[in-house]
Amino acid sequence: MIKIQGLKKSFGANEVLKDINLEIKPQEVVVVIGPSGSGKSTLLRCINLLETICGGHVYIEGKDITDKKNDINKMRAEVGMVFQQFNLFPHKTVIENIMMAPRKVRKVSEKAAREKGMYLLGKVGLQEKADAYPNSLSGGQKQRVAIARALAMEPKIMLFDEPTSALDPEVVGEVLEVMKQLALEGMTMVVVTHEMGFAREVGDRVIFMDGGYIVEENAPIELFSNPRQDRTQAFLSKVL
Amino acid sequence: MGFNFNIIVEYAPFLLKGTLVTIGLSLSGILIGTLLGLAIGLGKMVKNKWLASPFHLYVTFFRGTPLFVQILLIHFGVVPLFNGETNGFAAAIIALSLNAAAYIAEIFRAGIQSLENGQMEAARSLGMSNAQAMRHVILPQAFTRMIPPLGNEFIVLLKESSLASIVTAPEIMYWARAMNGQYYKVWEPYLSAALIYLLLTMSLSYLLTRLERRLETA
Repeated sequence: MIKIQGLKKSFGANEVLKDINLEIKPQEVVVVIGPSGSGKSTLLRCINLLETICGGHVYIEGKDITDKKNDINKMRAEVGMVFQQFNLFPHKTVIENIMMAPRKVRKVSEKAAREKGMYLLGKVGLQEKADAYPNSLSGGQKQRVAIARALAMEPKIMLFDEPTSALDPEVVGEVLEVMKQLALEGMTMVVVTHEMGFAREVGDRVIFMDGGYIVEENAPIELFSNPRQDRTQAFLSKVL
Repeated sequence: MGFNFNIIVEYAPFLLKGTLVTIGLSLSGILIGTLLGLAIGLGKMVKNKWLASPFHLYVTFFRGTPLFVQILLIHFGVVPLFNGETNGFAAAIIALSLNAAAYIAEIFRAGIQSLENGQMEAARSLGMSNAQAMRHVILPQAFTRMIPPLGNEFIVLLKESSLASIVTAPEIMYWARAMNGQYYKVWEPYLSAALIYLLLTMSLSYLLTRLERRLETA
């Protein structure tokens, strides 16, 4: 579903991604872990072309997103993204946040967009907040709305960039629960997170990144109980 | 030499007409200046340096030279160039609009750049084009933040429209100066003018505060 070949990314002289090769299968949940500055978020942002890629290729369903001939807006619409800072639109109500992209990009009718939006709000347990403004929501609620907003575009893949890192500890669970549900329904997901419990329970595969490389990847049980690389061991001993 | 109310009464119809002209000049300047300012502000933010440079140059020139000089240049130079003859009212509107546009361009740019990058990224990640994201996500939010500095600019513009009297646009100061010339009086004409300007700026500022409150609660 996603194929990444020789991906490179630098910010000025700082080489953040050095040579990333990765393949993600349909319905797979890949969890990316690693110390801060290891390039995990940048990798995610490259899959969505929020960063310009310096070298290599990223294929989404066989289409090269680095090829200028392909319409980037169309491809982004197929890839949902959830941000650490939620990035809800504060001037719009919850339901308007969710309806905006389907209306403007997919040209869905007002009625259909609203129905779909309410259905998704029900899924994340926030139907009663449809007409509230984002500022009146808690962090966990904001993030659940952000997930519903991304799902409204019916993406084939969902990217999560540290979705619980900006949350108070007591609301982390409600967001993880929504993500777990999504995984069970067969959504293809790439999740950058520090929640090792989530990685272990929901992940099909865990990728450990450090210094711009993928150092090790394996099934969660294997990687957590039996890390092969020294750097993985050192990292896990600090976070587990 | 007492304060002579009679000459104020005599000039009242002219001052009233002048007030309407001042309002006309200011509204035109605000309207054209805002539209032009938005375009120039967006132009300044174009990533390509060469494409952005004319907009930079524009702002540098109109912010870096006095409005007084600009009015004279436009009245005696630019307008006759296109029209054969000149027209104080038109020249004043052009000069005020072009001058305000430079300041408003900067207000727009600051308003847009004050938004977190995440807003644009979220919109783009949902598949919206740059133009769609600007129109539905960035500009509505930026606009709310622009109201206070825009209000300042509108009030400055209203007051600076008094410079149009120098090219015989028949606004408030034109008639006040006529009054001064006819009767060799200082207090009557200029205090009357000051009072009218004060009423105008206070009304404008009242309207702006209400608009600001309305947008805040929305």
